[in-house]
Amino acid sequence: MKEKMHLKKKDWVLIAIIIVVAGLAFFLHNLLGAKGANCVVVKVDGKIEGTYSLGEDQEISINGGTNTLVIKNNRAKMKEADCPDQLCVNQKAISKNNESIICLPNKVVVEVESSENSEFDAVSN
Amino acid sequence: MKSRVAYFGVFTALALIFSYVETLIPVNLGIPGVKLGLANLIIVVALYKMRLSEAYLLSVVRILLAGFIFGNYFSIIYSLAGGLLSLTVMALLKKWGGFSLQGISIAGGVFHNIGQLIVAAVVVETFSVTYYFPVLLVAGLLTGLVIGIVAEMMLKRLVNIQF
Repeated sequence: MKEKMHLKKKDWVLIAIIIVVAGLAFFLHNLLGAKGANCVVVKVDGKIEGTYSLGEDQEISINGGTNTLVIKNNRAKMKEADCPDQLCVNQKAISKNNESIICLPNKVVVEVESSENSEFDAVSN
Repeated sequence: MKSRVAYFGVFTALALIFSYVETLIPVNLGIPGVKLGLANLIIVVALYKMRLSEAYLLSVVRILLAGFIFGNYFSIIYSLAGGLLSLTVMALLKKWGGFSLQGISIAGGVFHNIGQLIVAAVVVETFSVTYYFPVLLVAGLLTGLVIGIVAEMMLKRLVNIQF
């Protein structure tokens, strides 16, 4: 028995639109993210808790110790978190502009920014 | 007519079982949040076999039950946003016409992810989650296609059952 797929014309249009939008978003992110990324901003519940340079290796305790962020070789990675799902710990290290590690249960957001950009971001938010 | 309630119960049970099976599959591709969405298979089938209002009810009941049993407060909010947006888009496209089952299911998968992304952006009060957008779009496309193919096979075998 043969199960044949029969996608219609509108299906292909839909698929094409999705792929184009995904490609554009990816392209834009890479284009904007390439330059000047040199610090990470740590936010808890939307409020900025601190800004740390990506240049120096360090270990940061966030939100009174619920999360631990490690900066090494210009990359930031969540080392520990006390949340049950551990999604943020499993996420890959971040180093490009606007890349982020997010721990939803603890409402912790770690975001890469360039220091020249941060004023602009504060306004646009 | 009497059997509607029974069928609804069977569908709810099926959707719940699929939610459970999904928790058993260890998916860790380094891409958090990407799942097959097995339970959506039942929702897609329901969209074609039940009244729209029943499909909505099924979706909400499934998410609440699965959320209380396997998830938490967060996962219920996320699933509701994703599930309801996805079902709404699928229903609209179906009404519009000209799409195959796979096409509708693809739209469902993509908008499921978009709905969850919107909630994520609101909860953490940042727009940087949008960098995740392309990954979730492509993931929704692929899982939606798989679910659509399986749903079509299922519907073929359910031809004699009409609720």
